[in-house]
Amino acid sequence: MRYFRDVGALARKDLLLELRARDTLPAMVLFVAAVFVVFHFALPESPSRLETVGLLWVAILFTALLGLGRAFVPEREQRTLDGLVLAPCDRSAIWLAKSLATFAFLAAAEVVALPLYAIFFHRVGGATIAAVVLADIGICAVGTFLGAMAVATRARDLLLPLLFLPLAIPIVVGAVGASVVDSPGRYLGFLALYDALFAVVCWASFEYVVAE
Amino acid sequence: MLVARRLGKRFGEKRVLRGIDLDLATGGFLVVTGPNGSGKTTLLRICAGLAQPTEGTIERAVSRGAIGYLGHEPLVYRELTALENLELYGRLYRIAERRERIGMLLERFGLWEVRHERVASYSRGMTQRLALCRVLLHDPELLVLDEPYNALDEAGAELLDAQLAELRGERTFLLATHEPARLAPFASGRLALAA
Repeated sequence: MRYFRDVGALARKDLLLELRARDTLPAMVLFVAAVFVVFHFALPESPSRLETVGLLWVAILFTALLGLGRAFVPEREQRTLDGLVLAPCDRSAIWLAKSLATFAFLAAAEVVALPLYAIFFHRVGGATIAAVVLADIGICAVGTFLGAMAVATRARDLLLPLLFLPLAIPIVVGAVGASVVDSPGRYLGFLALYDALFAVVCWASFEYVVAE
Repeated sequence: MLVARRLGKRFGEKRVLRGIDLDLATGGFLVVTGPNGSGKTTLLRICAGLAQPTEGTIERAVSRGAIGYLGHEPLVYRELTALENLELYGRLYRIAERRERIGMLLERFGLWEVRHERVASYSRGMTQRLALCRVLLHDPELLVLDEPYNALDEAGAELLDAQLAELRGERTFLLATHEPARLAPFASGRLALAA
């Protein structure tokens, strides 16, 4: 119970910081909207559903990357990770809280992105929405973990995409599959398995990421 | 409280600390001095558990939750208010009667009136006072303070003096400073690092 109180306090802090600074969410929303507008004019008239689903997932992935890149910026700029790391709470609470906050920002961006996608390209079905939720969990779990690793390095802006994108390939495979097939159960199950596996790995190893 | 033997630290090819022996008994007050680049901050970070030595050993008879660490940065969020920052740390440190303790510290360090203002609007001295509130919030057994007088005006420095005098003997201190004379009345030992 205490663990979840710590997670709640830390996640609340991240949401409050975003509410005040507005550094991340507006950038994510503008980026994903701009991508759809650009592709609306760049793609041939009446592109196939298969083509635009791929575009949707590329846009979601890079929008997420934008948010993940900023996830640990307050901790880096104000060195507050030292303060959090010294607190007597389980250090994985920092990862879980940051993942939840990033999930909230990504979900908020998608609330704008999915209707825009529907306006410009094709209707968004229930399977796609389920895939978005499951993919977001995996993206935020893995991305936050890698963001914490990258933030300690000088080449953090380069390192995060280099580490994250290969690990996100299974998410893209599962999400695109779930969005285009008639029976998306297997693909959604694959995404859920990915989420569970990587969430456990990230949760268990975050302690070593923040320790020097 | 703290015992270190032949402590050393390298950052790549650069050696920052070499062969440091340190004994800090419970209730002790050790002042670390040395010129810029002598490794004071690195030593304090190792003692606080924020960095690992590359050579030697260190033993701490204190859990990480009982350490109060003040670094060069105040370790507070600039977009949060003083109250929100201390509330966050208070929750993470599971402080009983958190509100009362926060109120008492903010009063003592002269920040009560500005407790609802964002830290970004504070002067450097006010931020340092808030950092001291954060360090003292959980009533730590071991206080590791790196240049605690930094940015404090005379009134702030006197407040810190009073706090050190009150806790001297009851708590264990490890301080790095460029003003050893100011800490001479409190110090039980001194460790001078060479460049």
